Formats: sequence, structure tokens, C-alpha cells
Amino acid sequence: MNTDEIKQQIFNGLIDIAPEVELDELDPNENLREELDIDSYDFLSLLIGLNESLGVEIPETDYEKLVSLTDLVAYLAAKLDESR
Amino acid sequence: MTETRKTTYREALNEGLREALQQDERVFLMGEDVGHYGGCFAVSKGLLEEFGPERIRDTPLSESTFTGAGIGAALGGMRPIVEIMTVNFSLLALDQIMNNAATYLHMSGGLFNVPLVIRMATGGGKQLAAQHSHSLEGWYAHIPGIKVLCPATMEDARGMLWPALLDPDPVLIFEPAVLYPMEGTLPEKPTPVAIEGAKVLHQGKDLSLISYGSSLHKSLAAAEQLAGEGIAAEVIDLRCLRPLDDTTIIGSVSKTHRALIVDEGWRSGSLSAEISARIMEQAFYQLDAPVERVCSAEVPMPYAKHLEEAALPQVETIVATARRMLNG
Amino acid sequence: MADFCMPSLGADMTSGLLVAWRVEAGDKVEHGQIIAEIETAKGLFEVEVFEDGVVEQLLIEPGEDQIPVGTPLAKIVADGDVVTKPDAAAEPEGRQKVSPVARRRAAELGVDLTQLKGSGADGVIQLADVEAVAGAAESPAKAAPTARKITPSAEGMRQAIAAAMSRSNSEIPHYYLATEIDMSRAQQFLAEQNKQRSIKERLLPVVLPLKAVAVALQKVPQLNGYYVDGQLQQREQVNIGFTVSLRNGGLLTPALQGVEQMSIDQLMAALNDLIGRTRAGKLRGSELTSAGITVTSLGDLGVQSVFGVIYPPQVALIGLGKIVERAWAENGALSARPVLSATLAADHRASDGLLGAKFLDAFGRALQQPEAL
Repeated sequence: MNTDEIKQQIFNGLIDIAPEVELDELDPNENLREELDIDSYDFLSLLIGLNESLGVEIPETDYEKLVSLTDLVAYLAAKLDESR
Repeated sequence: MTETRKTTYREALNEGLREALQQDERVFLMGEDVGHYGGCFAVSKGLLEEFGPERIRDTPLSESTFTGAGIGAALGGMRPIVEIMTVNFSLLALDQIMNNAATYLHMSGGLFNVPLVIRMATGGGKQLAAQHSHSLEGWYAHIPGIKVLCPATMEDARGMLWPALLDPDPVLIFEPAVLYPMEGTLPEKPTPVAIEGAKVLHQGKDLSLISYGSSLHKSLAAAEQLAGEGIAAEVIDLRCLRPLDDTTIIGSVSKTHRALIVDEGWRSGSLSAEISARIMEQAFYQLDAPVERVCSAEVPMPYAKHLEEAALPQVETIVATARRMLNG
Repeated sequence: MADFCMPSLGADMTSGLLVAWRVEAGDKVEHGQIIAEIETAKGLFEVEVFEDGVVEQLLIEPGEDQIPVGTPLAKIVADGDVVTKPDAAAEPEGRQKVSPVARRRAAELGVDLTQLKGSGADGVIQLADVEAVAGAAESPAKAAPTARKITPSAEGMRQAIAAAMSRSNSEIPHYYLATEIDMSRAQQFLAEQNKQRSIKERLLPVVLPLKAVAVALQKVPQLNGYYVDGQLQQREQVNIGFTVSLRNGGLLTPALQGVEQMSIDQLMAALNDLIGRTRAGKLRGSELTSAGITVTSLGDLGVQSVFGVIYPPQVALIGLGKIVERAWAENGALSARPVLSATLAADHRASDGLLGAKFLDAFGRALQQPEAL
């Protein structure tokens, strides 16, 4: 799975959480939760969705690494590589 | 333009009393706590100091006794004003009012009039609970031989007492307790008012809101709200509950073709039932919708504020009913 | 027999829109069953009936707006008391309904009433119908009822919140207390718990303070209840109103019911369910009215302390800020600890500062023993 596909999976999850946001206009290097105005409940929902769609385990201790969209894509890509 | 001044419903009543006491030496006021205490609702404040204990008389707590004494004084040539604290307590004097005051002219073969005025507070809205808050004026409006008035405006509060004293027969004046602190204006020079006939206070073509007393103000507020929705409600202040002014009521309904009666009394056997029946008798072929009523819930008046509010007619209920009558 | 009435779904509600019935006349209903959908300025809600019985009659048609709180919507009778009524639809032969004035006017104008369809309730032919046909309509047509909106406008909700909060600020003499709580034990407990859990079962940090509120309220029950008619009505069950912000603006404070009975896992499940349903517009009426206290957590947004406005008729609101690392002195030694700033806004008519202080103390202590929560 390439990074574009991973990004698409993330967007699929975000559409349910923040339907009114233009995801294409999102700055990939900004703080994702602040950009989208989502709270910890929404963030956990997003991670649960990614866990289901990509089969990636995300321990709580890694949450702090997942600040921007770029971070999240890179993290997921690395995890997917590992499990291959 | 006439000069106006600010006052309250309570002060307007007080002025009416003072004027009557000044104009006629035969006029005197008696009742529970009307003197030293200034009246249970402070309507007669200052009168004892001005007119003395002969004319402002505190009585024992016995409605039957002092109402009977008032009837005797009236027969003897005086012009007594009897104050009864609330309409609930007036039931202790009902025998005197009904079997003596209202009946004497008939029983004496037309020899004796009873020129007596009885004032009392009526109605809910002040959290005075089930023994002080009912609206029983509709019962009195059932009795031939008396006039029943209910002033709802400043003019009527100020002006109804004097013509009532001039009337040769007993007149009952019901003062909605919730209106006592109401503020308003009066002309600098008071104009005389009549003690018969209803008044159209607000013109409209779509629906007649027929009301009196404290419900009148709720009806006026409802009419204002309805106007915002494009419904033009006509508001009638009955003023005089006996005799009823059929001409004004039927005239209005013939114009609007719809009648909604707002009456704080209980619905069953109420004054609103009587008005509804008269509309049916005299204006059936003018009706475009069934006559409707907004009345108090048929329960003893609750003490708790929210329950009392729920039991009484309210602006929202009037508006909703009117809307339903017009929009189906 | 009982009337099912337009419920009051909060201090700020005066009327509602009946969106849909979930039952029909003749249906059996039981206590707690959802029977209607009501829309208020705050959104769409499922409303329960609190009677066992049978729906005898639905009094209001779906689509009617601005029905005042307390208006009967349906008649519920005890099972067995059902009065069978002739089906109205089964009597098309009945006399045509014409208002008296319409009948008279039709005769004057020579209008054939059998050719007319009425515009009044139940198809009653009214004066305007007759005059419209005769081309003699003098009265302008009444405005058609405006189409209703299903989504609550952000404006409507703003107004509802404004009304409730203005009332709160003008009626309730608020007092405020703030404290700082060492969250190292709580955070450690949470981290250990979440390490063992799959992502779906993980706990959100807010569950521990929520549970701690329930524990503290059992020690200081005077902050759990309503202030009505000059008196505090204390609650036994701990129902915590949890502030959930909505994406279109505005917020709701639905209740987590019976938190004192819940384990941490049950509370997390209840929180997930409640937040999900709040944002999906699927709350039940009772969830809007049963809270005895409110918790507002704004730590996600980096806010340090929250000084809240009490939601009447409740008597207290707990504000939770962000957990930040601070220098913390304990037993003569200095160390860095995660610290939570918790505030209490309380109604001075129902409680005093001493009681509020006891509550915050109990709240802080409960968070020092997270495994006991």
C-alpha cells in the first residue's frame, strides 16, 4: 500500500468525523487535531477506524508521535512495512 | 391631548375609594384588616388616617356577619363598601349575598333596594394555593338581582366604584389579585366609566378573543404574538360579567366568524360555557369553526409555581389554540 | 388513563416540533419505550413514554411546530380499558362537514357544496373555500404553513443556550473553587490499562475524573440535584451531564446515567455510546433532563482551567482543564508531575464553599486511588 492509499484511508475516517472540512486543503504538516477541531474521542475513533481498515496496532504510547497528517501517514507506512 | 400620569392598579383602586368617601358622607368601608393594616392587599392604605375609624372599619373574621351588616346599613340608607379578602372566603357570606342582598327587592315587593357594593380579590398567579386562588366570579354571574364587575384596566379600577355605589342594587366588584402591582397610566383628570357593556380593546378580523380580568392581559399578549404570524385577533374585555354584553360579543363574532373564550374559571359550568352557548344561540350561522375555550385546569389551584402556571390559562396556550382554529 | 405530553427537555425549552410517531393508535407501549421523535432548538430527540398501556389516540399530527411544553400529544390507557371507536375512514357516507357560515354563504351565492373540498381541519369546508369558488373571496388567503427544517439551526441552538445561560447568570449566585490534582497515579494506571487493551477497548483519560466525580458526589450528595422553588431536591442516582460540543456549533449536555454503579469499562462504553449518539442526533429525551450535575472538559483544547456557568436547575458544574506537567512539591522533595486543574462552579443557594471544598477534596483523593474507581 503506497502513501496515497494510506492517506485515502485516513481521509475516509475523517469524513465521518469532520464531514464539513475540505480535506484536500488540509496542511499536511500542521497539527491535525487542531486543524480539524477534533477532540480525544474523535481522535480515538479515527485510530479505531484505521486499526480496522489497515490492521495496524497503535499503542497508546505512540499517540504523541501522531501530530500531523504527514506523521500519521509515515507512521502507518512504517508499521505496514514491518508487518509485511 | 390629555395629560397622563403613571400609577398602579392598586393605587387606582385606592383613588376610587378616596373619591367615593369624599363625595358622599354615607359611604363607608368595612372588612377584615381594611383599617389599621391598610387592607390585606394594601388597597385601603392611608384611608383610616384620612377618614377615621367611623368610616374605615376593621371587622371580626366573620364574612357572613359583616356582609349582613353591610346589607342592613344599605337598607338603612347608607352606601356601604364591604371588602372580602378573597372570593374563596366570600362563600361564607354567600347566604347573605344570594338570599338577602340579591333577593330583598323581590321579597319586599319592590319596596327595598340594597345599594351595597362588595369588593373582593379573585384568581390565581400569586402562589396563594387552593384556598385563596380560585376564580369563582362565574358563580356569582349566575345570580339574578346583582351586577358583577371585573375591572381589568386602570380606567376601570379607578372608575367603576363610584357608579357602582350609585346603582340602587347590589354590585360585586372582583379585583384579580395578580393585577394589583400592574403599572399603567391614567388621564390626569379621571373620566367617568360605565358599569355595563364590554369593550373591544384590540381590533381584528380573523378571530375574537373574549376575556376579562387577568386573562384579558394574556389575551392581549397573545393577540400581539398572533399579529406577528399574520393572524389578526380581536380582543374583547367583558368588564361586566352580569349582565353580559351580547351585542358586543355577537357583533365581533359575526365579523371574525371564530370565537376563543379565555376564562380563568374551571371549564365545567363556567362563564365561558355561558358565553359559548350564547354565541351558539345567536350567531350559529356566523361560525366558521367551533367555539373554543382556554380555561384553568379542573384541579384545586396548586401552590408550586410551575404547577400553578400549568393550571392557569397562559399566552402560549391561547396562541396555540388560535393558530389551530385558523390553520386547521 | 394518562396523557402523553410534550416533554420539557431542559430549562431552555418552551415548545417543540413533533417530527414523527414511532407508534400508532392501538399499539401497546411500556415504560421506557421510545414512542416519538421531537425536535427542539437543540436538535432531534427520541422521547420515551413512562406509562404501561395502549395508545388510544394520537392527538397531534407529525409536523406540527411550536407545541408548548405540557400539551397532550397522545392518550395512553391501561391495557384492557381500550375503547374501540368506529374507524373514521370507514364512514365516507357521513354528512359532509361544512361550517355554519360557509353553508349559509354557499346558499346565498348558489355554490354547490358537494363539488367542494374543504381546507379546514378534517376537511371542513369553510367560508374562504366557498368564497374562493364563487370568485367573491374578499379575505386574502391565509399564508400556507411554512416548510419545516429538520436540522436545528446553529442560530436556534445559540439562542436556546443564550436563554438558559442568561437565566443561570441572573438567577444563580455562583461561587467558584479551584484545585490542582496530582494525576501521576491516575495516568500511570491508565497507561498500564491501555497497554493491555486493544485499541477499541482503550480508555479515554476523562473516564477517571468522571468516575471520581461520582465517588465524590456520594460523599457530598448536596451538589447532586436540582434547586427548584427555593429548595434543593437531592438526587440519589448520580447522573452526570457531560458537555459534548457539536461540529455545527453549539453543545449538548446529555446525562451518563447511574455512574455510581458503573465499572470503569462500563463507563467508557456508556461514554462512547453517548458521544456517538449525541453527534448523530439520536439522544433520548430523558438523557437531556436527568443530569444532576454537569462536567465540562476542555483540556483537549489546551485550556488550563474552566469556570463554568451552571445549567439550571442543577446546582453545580465541574470544569476540567488540560493535564500539564508541573513542578510539584511533596514530602519536602520537588518533582515533575502531571497536574489537572479542576474547578467547581456551585449554586450558593444550595451549598456553601465549605461543602464545595469537601467535594473537590474527595474528588482529588479518589483520583489518587485509580484502581479503586
